[in-house]
Amino acid sequence: MNHEDIKSQGTKVYSRPRLLDDRTMHYCPGCSHGVVHKLVCEVLDEMGLENDAIGVAPVGCAVFAYNYIDIDWIEAAHGRAPAVATAAKRLNPGCAVFTYQGDGDLAAIGTAETIHAANRGENIVIIFINNGIYGMTGGQMAPTTLEGMKTATTPYGRRADLNGYPLNITPLLAQLPGTCFVSRQSVHTAAAARKCKAAIRKAFEGSMAAKGTAVIEVVGTCSSGWKMTPAKANDWMAQHMFEAYPPGDLKDTL
Amino acid sequence: MAKVIGTVEIEAERCKGCDLCVIACPFDVLALADKEVNDRGYHFALIKNTDACVGCAACATVCPDGCIEVYRFVEK
Amino acid sequence: MNEEVRLMKGNEAIAHAAIRYGADGYFGYPITPQSEILETLEALMPWETTGMVVLQAESEVASINMVYGGAATGKAVMTSSSSPGVSLMQEGISYIAAAELPALIVNVMRGGPGLGTIHPSQSDYFQATKGGGHGDYHLIVLAPSTVQEMADFVALGFDLAFKYRTPAMILADGVVGQMMEKVVLPPQRQRRTPEQIAEQCPWAATGKGSRGNRNVVTSLELDSALMEKNNERFQRTYAEIERNEVRYETYYTEDADYLIVAFGSVARICLKSIEMARAEGIRIGLIRPITLWPFPYEAIAGLGAKVKGIQVVELNAGQMIEDVRLAVERDKPVRHFGRMGGIVPNPGEILEAFKRDFINK
Repeated sequence: MNHEDIKSQGTKVYSRPRLLDDRTMHYCPGCSHGVVHKLVCEVLDEMGLENDAIGVAPVGCAVFAYNYIDIDWIEAAHGRAPAVATAAKRLNPGCAVFTYQGDGDLAAIGTAETIHAANRGENIVIIFINNGIYGMTGGQMAPTTLEGMKTATTPYGRRADLNGYPLNITPLLAQLPGTCFVSRQSVHTAAAARKCKAAIRKAFEGSMAAKGTAVIEVVGTCSSGWKMTPAKANDWMAQHMFEAYPPGDLKDTL
Repeated sequence: MAKVIGTVEIEAERCKGCDLCVIACPFDVLALADKEVNDRGYHFALIKNTDACVGCAACATVCPDGCIEVYRFVEK
Repeated sequence: MNEEVRLMKGNEAIAHAAIRYGADGYFGYPITPQSEILETLEALMPWETTGMVVLQAESEVASINMVYGGAATGKAVMTSSSSPGVSLMQEGISYIAAAELPALIVNVMRGGPGLGTIHPSQSDYFQATKGGGHGDYHLIVLAPSTVQEMADFVALGFDLAFKYRTPAMILADGVVGQMMEKVVLPPQRQRRTPEQIAEQCPWAATGKGSRGNRNVVTSLELDSALMEKNNERFQRTYAEIERNEVRYETYYTEDADYLIVAFGSVARICLKSIEMARAEGIRIGLIRPITLWPFPYEAIAGLGAKVKGIQVVELNAGQMIEDVRLAVERDKPVRHFGRMGGIVPNPGEILEAFKRDFINK
């Protein structure tokens, strides 16, 4: 059988998610955001939440998520997404409200909003992309940047004595009584992406059942910021990022 | 025993040549175009080894840009 | 709830009026001298009656972004604070203006700069009327001088905010916030239904529902040509507000030789000064701007043309005086008298200053 025969006689087992817009995304080649966007689309579609979903996209590369995922969106100021989502959800409790935040947004400028929303147990999903660098502004140090990691503002590598330590914030969120499900995932392999999707689905199920805040950290790559090929970035991530940020469930009350 | 054969359809114009699908494929089906580029200048992914695909969708799953459709046919 | 006559503080009146307006949400953080607004709302528990959400946030930064989030879904939402807290909110207010969202912000001003004092002041006039945060925008600014107006301006502020899709501010001062007066509270209005919100706010991010196409609430536009168009649209809205919404009151202006311009609680003190002056045969009139933006330039220009001089009285070092000077275009002497640091002048003091500037000069 040739290519055309398999297409015409076989079944389509994977296609672009229905909720992902047709336009080409602005992300760099190999960027983890694209994969996570697809997973969010699939989960919302499979759970029948397309028409009830409100995404909150704060400053960062993924502020333009609203151009790609076909649901209602609110763009938010840097760090403020959990506060924006808090009100959106409390005033529209039937909606599936989620934030999509980077590490600078969630763990630096928005630490207070993130911790307090989670501590109040707001029934929202927080999707947290941790690639250890500021992508949108051009590769500066993030709160999660590893020690020794070179960035535009730590050109000789992050030094704990000068720049402080990498902030491992997700375990902190897991400690709060307001969180119902806290999981750290990645999307660098097909198996990891499938696990990540299952975790995102569980997070939405928890928040829609009003069990509290669900947090999914996705350890990702930023090949442009890290100055590596996407393939090399994946390897480097598995080797170094996972040491500081090991994947797995940190809390599961569901 | 039933044999599963597969194939992929790659939207070359959407591809950014990141190579992640090529690496994800367990059967070495894909490659980046050697010289050819798409309209935006990327060496896009293509099928180099037609018969090896089993339609596992590993390539499509890790593709950040949603360029790949996967088809599967079970031969009985 | 029916119309009701009550004796209460200005801050409490705002809380009651918000519930009775049918507001959907209040998000705030305690700060003197306005904490009674949040306290009153928590005590009244409107979530049990009208379904209004009340939340004490972790900061003013969070409060204003909750307002942004609620407003983005088409809800009638508000916050309140006092000067230092309102400074913290400026980023969020700029986003609300840029995303063309209706919202109500109450600033019960205290003396600054810095942590300043908890006593009354009007020193946030510039911040409120000239933008406050970054970018070219305006708030509709309402300045109450009575507890009744504290209550009434909640409805007026929300109505104007929704009419023009722009944030409105009640710029009160600690005097009006803290003093007790008779107030007629309006009857309870129903909160809008989701269907009414969908009709009134077709732009709101409420989930696509049956709409089909997605709504995106954003202030971001990287295409300069489109961003300029956005700005031009904002300016058209502001021009329309300037044409339609100027509000002010005048007292004793028919035969006035001099004019006092004052807003908020100070206008009430000035009225007493004017009565004292008139007893001495000095004919002074008063104009009290109710909307500080849009500012009553024309009214002041008209009255200013008929008088020998204009005294601007404020609880600050001279802020509104700049707008008064713009109004009369330097045709008339315009002088300022003000107290700062939380000190409120008495009528005699104001009259003395007036005489120093215009009579015994």
